[in-house]
Amino acid sequence: MPLAVHYTQPPEWRWYILGYFLLAGLAGGAYLLGTLLRLFGRPSDQPASRLSFLLALPLTILCPVLLTIDLGQPSRFWHMMVDTGALGPGLNFAYLSPMSLGVWGLAAFGVCAALTFLEVLATDGRSYPGSRLVTWALGGWLGRIVNVVGSVLGLFVAGYTGVLLSVSNQPVWSDTYALGGLFLASGLSGAGALLILTAPWRRGAEASEDGLAGADGFFALLELAFLVVLFGTLAYAGQLTRTVGSPWFVLWAIVVLSLVPPLAGRFTSRLTVGSGGAAALTNVRVSAAATAVLVLVGMIAMRVAVLWSAQG
Amino acid sequence: MAEAKGFFTDTSVCIGCKACEVACKEWNELQGDPPAFLADSFDNTGKLDAANWRHVKFIENDAHLTASTTVGDGQAWLMMSDVCKHCQQASCAQVCPTNAIVRTEFDTVFIQQDVCNGCRNCISACPFGVIGFSEQTGTARKCTLCYDRLQNQMTPACAKVCPTQSIQFGNLSDLQSAADRRLAQLRQLGYSNAQLYGRDDTVYGGLNSFFLLMDKPAVYGLPTGESARLPSRNDVGGYLGVLIASALAVIGGIVALRRRREPAAPAPQPEPEPEPAATTAGGGDR
Repeated sequence: MPLAVHYTQPPEWRWYILGYFLLAGLAGGAYLLGTLLRLFGRPSDQPASRLSFLLALPLTILCPVLLTIDLGQPSRFWHMMVDTGALGPGLNFAYLSPMSLGVWGLAAFGVCAALTFLEVLATDGRSYPGSRLVTWALGGWLGRIVNVVGSVLGLFVAGYTGVLLSVSNQPVWSDTYALGGLFLASGLSGAGALLILTAPWRRGAEASEDGLAGADGFFALLELAFLVVLFGTLAYAGQLTRTVGSPWFVLWAIVVLSLVPPLAGRFTSRLTVGSGGAAALTNVRVSAAATAVLVLVGMIAMRVAVLWSAQG
Repeated sequence: MAEAKGFFTDTSVCIGCKACEVACKEWNELQGDPPAFLADSFDNTGKLDAANWRHVKFIENDAHLTASTTVGDGQAWLMMSDVCKHCQQASCAQVCPTNAIVRTEFDTVFIQQDVCNGCRNCISACPFGVIGFSEQTGTARKCTLCYDRLQNQMTPACAKVCPTQSIQFGNLSDLQSAADRRLAQLRQLGYSNAQLYGRDDTVYGGLNSFFLLMDKPAVYGLPTGESARLPSRNDVGGYLGVLIASALAVIGGIVALRRRREPAAPAPQPEPEPEPAATTAGGGDR
């Protein structure tokens, strides 16, 4: 990528946008993991799959809330979708604007996450108006189709936030193609960690910790690869110092540190503890939880470093 | 559609009086920013933003301060009244998700204030740092090229008050001809660095607000070449990264989660002690 000099001003996207980027990654990642566990996992993975779907919807609902609060005119949030100006009336769909695509993607993903959430509740035996209809309609192949479509949308929601930053003229953000893939890999890794953290709250979900740990190791490897691409492209563009200079190097150190345990397979899944192993089991759980927290902290640190370092 | 309008700002005759800044604020009812000492030559405006739609830059060009420099040769101390460029290929309009940024019948770039919802995506995209966010209105704001005055066949306020005709307003084609003549005149006088910026389509397809500069664009803080590119250049590459990451993540996830050996059932305990729920890996769902 050629060297570029920037004369732009920062958009001042700070805490709400950070929260949105975080939740979008977790929601999309949780939904994908739920689908993979459901379609490719073993029967004992189904509790973890259901937990993933139950987590995905609340996380998704919070996304537009944060986005709306961050707007200068929150009551006009719907202008993202409906053209009320000189070119209207009509729907807004600016295909070159990731923010425009993201709004539609988030809405469509929200529909899938809601349908699957209702399906999980209904098949769990929770009764609500229309629950029998939902079980009938989504309990079979149609529900699986919703899962696949929702996973594709979830991957988009988790990754497009990085593209949104790149499609700008801001230093750092616009000097690399790697942010989309990096945010996606980080979101998936964080979602896996969140599932491991919350698994004890749903009976049987811990049985999938070994698989989730394996997946998280792979996601961490993917994140590491995109980090290398990020630093390489930024070095070529002459923006590396700005990104990793003081004080941001502390955050990048946390990011790298958070990748080590998943890469080393330290998300333990060895829950088959021998006789008298209750204490060992507890230690194992604490270790897994601590690793999961570290992964989530790394996920936050990476986004803070990317958002703040570019905006000065 | 009316004929394309624009500004031709001839920096060679700018005297830094800031009348343009004042007239702009007065007509557009902009409060400006609180006065501040910026320790930057005679500049106390700082930058273009939501409250400053014209900004006179004072550039003390040390590189030209030599023994041979004569007072008033237009190179040692550069002045330039900066403004929105009203780009033919506008980065701000390209990323705006609400279609609030449109081209008017005068071929200028205009932010519809009743449509903008203050997402600030245009601020991140504008390569000139022109657009600012107004806390007062909750929207993105910038020069409108006095759209209301144009609709009433009036000259924009800044051009109207410029005492040296540094800011010229008119039909774009007429301005381009005038700029060509002025450049030729300056070159004849020996100003070899004089150049037009945004007159042709090399910068964002051409600028409706273009400049005659006395030095390289970078000296004035203006992007050229690889620095003057549209945000959409990163669309394909960015989404390709997401696509690659998605494919690899799905493959990795399937490999990690595909039917693994079921965990062994817990061995029967000699004494029926209540086990922690977590040890019943593979147990039934709630």
